Amino acid sequence: MATASLSGAAPPVIELRDITRRYGSGEAEVVALGGVSLTIRQGEFVAIMGPSGSGKSTAMNIIGLLDRPTSGHYLFQGHEVGQLDQDQRALLRRHYLGFIFQGFNLLPRTTALENVELPLVYKAVPGPERIERARAALARVGLAGREGHDPSQLSGGQQQRVAIARALAGSPTVILADEPTGNLDTQRSHEIMQLLTRLNRDEGLTIVMVTHEEHMAHYASRLVVFVDGTVQSDGPVQGENLHVAKGG
Amino acid sequence: MLWETLRLAVRTIRRNVLRSFLTVLGVVIGVAAVIAMLTVGQGSSQQVSASVQSLGSNVLVLRPGKRTMGPPTQGETTRAFTLRDADALAELPVVAAVAPSTSASVTAVAGNANLTTTVTGTTAGYVPVGGWTMAIGRNFSETEGRSGVLYCIIGETVREKLFGRADPVGQSIRVKGLSCEVIGLLSPKGATSFGRDQDDTILMPIRAVQRRMTGNDDVGSISLTLAEGVSSASAQREIAALMRERRRIAEGQDDNFSITDMKEIASMLTGINAVLTGLLSSVAAVSLLVGGIGIMNIMLVSVTERTREIGIRLAIGAQSGQVLMQFLIEAVVLSVLGGVIGIATGLAMAYVAAQVMAIPFTPQIGVVLLAFGFSALVGVVFGYFPARRAARLDPIEALRHQ
Repeated sequence: MATASLSGAAPPVIELRDITRRYGSGEAEVVALGGVSLTIRQGEFVAIMGPSGSGKSTAMNIIGLLDRPTSGHYLFQGHEVGQLDQDQRALLRRHYLGFIFQGFNLLPRTTALENVELPLVYKAVPGPERIERARAALARVGLAGREGHDPSQLSGGQQQRVAIARALAGSPTVILADEPTGNLDTQRSHEIMQLLTRLNRDEGLTIVMVTHEEHMAHYASRLVVFVDGTVQSDGPVQGENLHVAKGG
Repeated sequence: MLWETLRLAVRTIRRNVLRSFLTVLGVVIGVAAVIAMLTVGQGSSQQVSASVQSLGSNVLVLRPGKRTMGPPTQGETTRAFTLRDADALAELPVVAAVAPSTSASVTAVAGNANLTTTVTGTTAGYVPVGGWTMAIGRNFSETEGRSGVLYCIIGETVREKLFGRADPVGQSIRVKGLSCEVIGLLSPKGATSFGRDQDDTILMPIRAVQRRMTGNDDVGSISLTLAEGVSSASAQREIAALMRERRRIAEGQDDNFSITDMKEIASMLTGINAVLTGLLSSVAAVSLLVGGIGIMNIMLVSVTERTREIGIRLAIGAQSGQVLMQFLIEAVVLSVLGGVIGIATGLAMAYVAAQVMAIPFTPQIGVVLLAFGFSALVGVVFGYFPARRAARLDPIEALRHQ
């Protein structure tokens, strides 16, 4: 496989092995994921595409340890994490994952700095160091000087940068981005994607991103396309793959 | 982490001052009412015991007539006591001192000042039995007390009205047209718990009052103190037996006199006071409960409003216990805040009430701590359910919440 040869040396961070996720039971049972296997290695920038209902969001929730698979194995850095309880998964999210959402999901009436501090609060980083690290994270996304701003005082693009800074602040292993440009205009979307690409390329951060926009998928190095709860294609970002995604 | 949670709670509460205030208003009112009731109750029971103390301890009072509850029965003639009754009582070994007395309403005049007051004819025993002390001058001697000599001992109120701040001893006052030399001034006692001014009084030897004012030999009441170590109940039996004999009451007939133990009155008044305080405080405590429900209501609304925030926190790595603590601490901070405001308000109310009712203001640290603890408990109890609801949210659902 092309990706395997590209980053063959890097260890796998996320390994899904024959993951299924079913909701309900009996007649009303819905199969969201019907046996998904996927390996994401350290330093990859993976885009996940697929039509709505294809299972990409469910897969993201499982990768993000917000949801548990019905069956199958999920190995995170080599450890089985699929069936951990809520609090254990919370601890893993706290220490290894950073989330970016379509709707930014910043705490309202809370300054940018305090929003970015949030994961550090849960990591029990002491006050002064926490402020220091939160400031540094804001500087990395180009928002130095906006620490005291409220989300309502910031533009959409700036809010998403704050959200990225928040995801970065906890020094995660993997950044999970769920349609990070879905609420932004084209100009801002490209800026956000350039920022993510830089973090991936320069800092070696592993990024998994769900998107439905072709242009945005181009920034990734690898594209996984979901259709009907299974992986339909998986490979380097190419016109062909994108075409499949669009067609599905 | 706890410190962070506390800071977060304070910040959340400050973000919506008006709403937070309205939320805790119930607790404020409840705590204030309980504090005010208990403080005023304590003050008035201190007042009662102080004024009963001022009547003299270990004192029995004999009065002619049956001991009745309710309105006095008309048409019943009751024989008054005589000085010989008092002498006979003084002979009893259980009795330490006796003070027979009879009183008349009079107008007292000194110079240009005059005053309507009560003159009490009594003996030298009145001062010690009544628990009085002399401020200036002296008490009657035994012989003066039993004589008809025109000497007066006056109370502080009479002194003030007739002589101002001047020394009255050696001056003379006119009582019912009779000139009477003031030989002593009583130390002030203040009002009784029923509001009667005890210092508004003139004492004169009993025979002088009988002969010149009431015109008969009657003794209206006899006060006596019991000997050291004598039980009130057995002394009362002995005294009753003596009086029945002296008043020739046949076996099987009711007493036509009454014996009152001032201690009984004291404990009765204190009892009434305690019951009233307890009753009013429990009513007030109910409003604390209502206040707690108010907090629960707003916390439930708050959890729903902040579902998305909870989702974000969970996604970022908050454990459900941490979310629980966040909302629980917020509820506790709210209710403790209400408790503190309530304590201050209650103490202020009690202070004003104490001034108006002329009773001592006695804030009790125990009551304050209890109210503080209770308001924290209200926060825990009524905050738990909303907090648990927040902690049990599914992060995916919570993040999707609009």
